[in-house]
Amino acid sequence: MASEHTAKAFDSDLQELTRLVAEMGGLAERMITESVDALIRRDVALGKRVVASDVEIDRLQHLIEERAVLTIARRQPMAIDLREIVGAMRVATDLERIGDLAKNMGKRVAALENDFQPLKLIRGLEHMTDLVQSQVKSVLDAYASHDLPAAMAVWKGDEEVDAICTSLFRELLTYMMEDPRNISFCIHLMFCAKNIERIGDHATNIAETVFYMIEGQQILDKRPKGDMTNFATTVPGN
Amino acid sequence: MNDLSVSVSAANGPVPQVALPDAPPKVTARGLNFYYGEHHALKNINLTLGTHRVTAFIGPSGCGKSTLLRIFNRMYDLYPGQKATGQLMLDQTNILDPKLDLNLLRARVGMVFQKPTPFPMTIYENIAFGIRLYEKISKSEMDGRVEKALRGGALWNEVKDKLNASGLSLSGGQQQRLCIARTVAVRPEVILFDEPCSALDPISTAKVEELIQELSEDYTIAIVTHNMQQAARVSDKTAFMYLGELVEFDDTNKIFTSPSDRRTQDYITGRFG
Repeated sequence: MASEHTAKAFDSDLQELTRLVAEMGGLAERMITESVDALIRRDVALGKRVVASDVEIDRLQHLIEERAVLTIARRQPMAIDLREIVGAMRVATDLERIGDLAKNMGKRVAALENDFQPLKLIRGLEHMTDLVQSQVKSVLDAYASHDLPAAMAVWKGDEEVDAICTSLFRELLTYMMEDPRNISFCIHLMFCAKNIERIGDHATNIAETVFYMIEGQQILDKRPKGDMTNFATTVPGN
Repeated sequence: MNDLSVSVSAANGPVPQVALPDAPPKVTARGLNFYYGEHHALKNINLTLGTHRVTAFIGPSGCGKSTLLRIFNRMYDLYPGQKATGQLMLDQTNILDPKLDLNLLRARVGMVFQKPTPFPMTIYENIAFGIRLYEKISKSEMDGRVEKALRGGALWNEVKDKLNASGLSLSGGQQQRLCIARTVAVRPEVILFDEPCSALDPISTAKVEELIQELSEDYTIAIVTHNMQQAARVSDKTAFMYLGELVEFDDTNKIFTSPSDRRTQDYITGRFG
């Protein structure tokens, strides 16, 4: 960031905001990992812990919003400072949504507990999660260090996540056609895949916020979209 | 690996509000320099004040913003040893022309100062006095002009029943609006405001700001202010000056959300030493 403000308290206000966003980001990352771990291991207790963590992430979001509004009221920030504060609020909103999506996956663990299915069904999801997880981590690092190239790499990298999501959809459809007993499990996995895909989208939102914070402009390019699940059918050749 | 470049909106792109179309220039400075004796106070200033636009000048004390304002109506002529070089045009008139009739110039380019300076005479006379300097008109015509000016200064309703009271009996905010009305009365083309609100309370300040916005429909306005929020609120264009130089001149929306120059950014975010 730029040099210090004449009013030192303003600097600590801004630092506190950034710190809260970092704390919230760490929690969101942990929730993603734990929710998918819980799915893989059918660990209902861990799933419940993820659900419980959502309360904390909501609390942090409210705190960030409150601090941001207070800072705007007290300091009348301009230019980079204003963009930082608006950025913190926007990132917090995305992180809160990420928390909700992880929480939703945590809830599904209980539903799957007695439904034995081969682990191979979960592999694709695991792979997708790894990718999204690293996207989230990179974009939060980019946010903290004001690293524009890193943020743009995340922004452009979402295409791969979308592609995996589409192929996972097709795979799950095949399993369901093979054996109707797979259906309930696969449906839950489909929701989880969609959740992970949405988390990836929030990572790109954060990348756009980082762009705005640094450049003071919105990205005009259309982000490449690879999510074709809306078109996935069971008809061969589609 | 990836192509990391992305296109962004053009320089004046989607900032909070749509950028105003460029107005035809009213005042144009080209290569303008100013000296207080040996001291080179303004260095090569190039800018235009758009017709019926509000242009704000901001910058730390001593940056030359008030000096610049005082050149626009040749106020500096009152002091020896001060000189301006370069070009400064008011439409087709060269403001720096030594043969220029300064009274006429100051009728075209009015000025409102930091401290309200009503004349020690009645409210009515405060307005009529200036008009009489330039025009000979009948009493009834004068009444109309005074009323119109006081309405223009957003003061009429407050003083219409006491036009013969002393201008000094008004509150600070009213006095300042009286000064604005006095300036408007002689029908200038440009109005210069030098810190018009720095001696006023917040409500009077809001009234004066509201007035400035209204006046911009009929006049070209330049305002010097130390209050950045004020510049952000009232102006269309903002000029940031530092050490006698014009550092950045752009749409107000752009200056206060994402200025181009590091010095502008440091100043408006309160990072100047």
